[in-house]
Amino acid sequence: MPEVRIENVTKKYGKIVAVDNVSLHVRDKEYFSLIGPSGCGKTTLLRLIAGLVQPTEGEIFIENKSVTHTPPEDREIGFVFQTYALFPHMNVWNNVIYGPRVKAWDKEKSNRIGDEMLEMVLLRERLDAYPRELSGGMMQRVALARALAAGAKLLLLDEPLGALDAKIRFELRYDVRKLVKDLGLTAIHVTHDQSEAMAISDRIAVMKKGKILQVGTPLELYMKPQHIFVANFIGESNFLEGYVSKVDKKETTIELRGDILVQALDHSRKKGEKVAVAVRPEVLMIEKGKKRKENAIFGKIERRRFEGTDIRYEIRLENEDLVVAVRPALINEWLDVQEKVTVSFPIEKTLVFTYPKKGLKEELALE
Amino acid sequence: MDGMITVKGRSLGRFLEVLSSKRSIQGLIYACAGIFFFALILFPPILGILLKWNLIGQIFENPALMARATSAIYASFTIALFVSIIDIIAGLPMAWFIWRGKSKWLDALDTLADIPFIVPTVALGFSIRLFWSDKTQGMSSLFGTSLVSPGWLLVILLHFVFSYPAVVRVMVGALFDYKRTYEEASRTLGAAPVTADRTVTFPILKPSFIAAFTLAFARSISETGATVIVAGTFENGPVLLNNLKTTQELGYESALVFVSFILMAVACIIYATIRTFGTKLKLPIRKVWPVAERKLSSQSLTNLRNTSTLLVFFVLILIPSLFVALPMANAISDGTLSQALSSTGIWQGYWQSLSLSYGIAFVATLLNTVAGLPMAVLIARKRFGMLPSTILDVLINIPMIVPSIALGVSLSIFWSNFPFIPEIGLLIFAHLAITYPYFVRSMSAAIERVNMDLEEASKTLGAKPFTVFRTIILPLTKYSLFAGAIMMFTRSVSETGATVAVVTELKTIPVLLVEWVKGVVLATPMEIGLGCGFLIILSFVILLFSRGTVRGRY
Repeated sequence: MPEVRIENVTKKYGKIVAVDNVSLHVRDKEYFSLIGPSGCGKTTLLRLIAGLVQPTEGEIFIENKSVTHTPPEDREIGFVFQTYALFPHMNVWNNVIYGPRVKAWDKEKSNRIGDEMLEMVLLRERLDAYPRELSGGMMQRVALARALAAGAKLLLLDEPLGALDAKIRFELRYDVRKLVKDLGLTAIHVTHDQSEAMAISDRIAVMKKGKILQVGTPLELYMKPQHIFVANFIGESNFLEGYVSKVDKKETTIELRGDILVQALDHSRKKGEKVAVAVRPEVLMIEKGKKRKENAIFGKIERRRFEGTDIRYEIRLENEDLVVAVRPALINEWLDVQEKVTVSFPIEKTLVFTYPKKGLKEELALE
Repeated sequence: MDGMITVKGRSLGRFLEVLSSKRSIQGLIYACAGIFFFALILFPPILGILLKWNLIGQIFENPALMARATSAIYASFTIALFVSIIDIIAGLPMAWFIWRGKSKWLDALDTLADIPFIVPTVALGFSIRLFWSDKTQGMSSLFGTSLVSPGWLLVILLHFVFSYPAVVRVMVGALFDYKRTYEEASRTLGAAPVTADRTVTFPILKPSFIAAFTLAFARSISETGATVIVAGTFENGPVLLNNLKTTQELGYESALVFVSFILMAVACIIYATIRTFGTKLKLPIRKVWPVAERKLSSQSLTNLRNTSTLLVFFVLILIPSLFVALPMANAISDGTLSQALSSTGIWQGYWQSLSLSYGIAFVATLLNTVAGLPMAVLIARKRFGMLPSTILDVLINIPMIVPSIALGVSLSIFWSNFPFIPEIGLLIFAHLAITYPYFVRSMSAAIERVNMDLEEASKTLGAKPFTVFRTIILPLTKYSLFAGAIMMFTRSVSETGATVAVVTELKTIPVLLVEWVKGVVLATPMEIGLGCGFLIILSFVILLFSRGTVRGRY
């Protein structure tokens, strides 16, 4: 069963560096996702693994065998394209058994595999239909069945759900994962939808500008982001600028604007260092009036938005910083705009990052 | 059977598949395509001129011939420029009418607009001459005198008719591809239809205008056979070359080389200029005249425009193009038909020439299809990078934009260095050169339209390059391949100029018909009409067949 190893791979298009010295290890039978903003290099990396483009530098291994110069037809992979790339001049059946046919498998085996795959994706009754007659969800399933029927153990998916509407995307994501796990495959899934990646992946790599910033499980990325961009890209974060005023064995104290002091458990900081404190909106607690507690800041509710399951509050703090808090809509009492409140957050859920040299806006930008 | 893949003759198929994976084999195929193009299509005409370069100076010692040559060259380019402009003016409203019209007859109109394309040019020339010049028939019979005698005006009328369908075809294609959302957005912002068309639609379609103009220009510059029929004593470049070849007067060789060189060089320069600067041409869109343009958008003016468009089409294009049907009908009733079918008298030569024309067309089509396919893939998929593909894309157009008789003259000079090549070989080489660009342009455009994802999907499923080509590219471009082959075939059948230039003994059907019209071979108007008629019927059959197969497909 294939594990994939990428070693110091770079891909350049003229002066543009699409993938910048990336090293990665995807374990056997792992469901691995690559996420990042548009243009970060995730699709290029996937295409490098598939052999559809050649790296400028570095090596790629599948099952411990170097495939850097192996053409795609010899890599034994399955690739699901964003546009599905179903052959318009072939019906569903011929699309699905295309792989076995071109590999000259015997007819009985090809037919059996084709049957099994169509059964698995619940499209057995549409085998005579042409792609133009299918819905987006059906096309996606045919594309999946086709990639699997070719016998690949490594499945590469390039935004396979991107062209579908939200509800179908939500349902199909779990179907795709289940299929992969049932068949014991290794999958590398590219998406810009972080909730999709979080829902179905064993591990995720977050990319930006051709580099991998962090690899981890969804929980690790969410709870312990190692990079300020990851903290903002995965989920959402409020950022407060400040300077480290004290570091001791128990906690680190940071002085925010307006002489407000907050604590965090990050012991890697130095006194006087400029930092950005990150707190997730769902971790912020809001209480009416002024309350004295750890990591508490006074403020006033500036805006309130109902977003279906949640209420979103924008709170102007006493030091003029603006933070966002999110609370379940149907559980808690709603607070009013202009109401004076105390915002607080637990020390253990407070993240601290070195303040970026280029500035916060630039570092968090998606392009 | 749509979409079915078989691996028949497995050992051969597997062998080809394995072979196609090797980069060296792929390189060899592209190299052969390149050698075919450079050795047979591009270099011979260029080298032909260079080989006789020393003769060019001699024309300056013959002022009369020099004056005649410069006058003819000037006439060629002036007529081509003028005709291209009026074709755009007349053709665009027709294309618009076909695109926007709501009549059930539009399909028929769309087909009728192609008629001058399909009627072999020599038949077109005879038909137009009959319609405008013959005092006993056509328009002139209404006035008792020749309305338009053979000369420069009749040449303009001919070229206008001849290039019209090219413009309409390009514009109709562009309009059907055009997203009306842009125009609709403009209209929701308050623009009158004429304003929306002028400021939004036309700028977006500008590349198509340029393509249509270029095509009309190239066709006008190149046209020989029909022009010889209608020119009378007037001479443009191709007519002069034809006359020089026929009369072989003193100093004719230097004039041949000089005129051919100038025609080819200036045509290339004009093409390069249009291609480079055409896109920079700014259409007047800043100024808007809301009141005036709203009036111009009125239904009554639109109706007037449509009526005049159809009038121009029927009176100036369609009826003159098909007027040859009259002598043809007379030929059927007066016994000429039975003579023709029994191959007596001049008809023996006719059927021989017809067979020769169709045979040459078949061979040229077959060879160009085989050699042109790899070139089309090279250009469409940019196999050796962007720059080489762009250069090739430009170079393959050269045989299409230079006058075919000029091309023929230089080919004749080049191949005369190989006297062991028989005339039929020279004829095939000339037709290969003339028809090659039509196929490669059509196929490369079709291959570009095939989404790369489909090829890549095929590769990820294990298909080798040959299988990718056979099971993905070919099925998705087969109708373009077919259409390209038909275009080559009909172009070859119609080709006169280069044929006249390269051979002396062999007569293809257009060359024979020119001789009938000019009186070199004595033939009655009924015989000429019938001879043209057979050609037209055969061309119509091909048109209907190709339309029925190609319409609405990939």
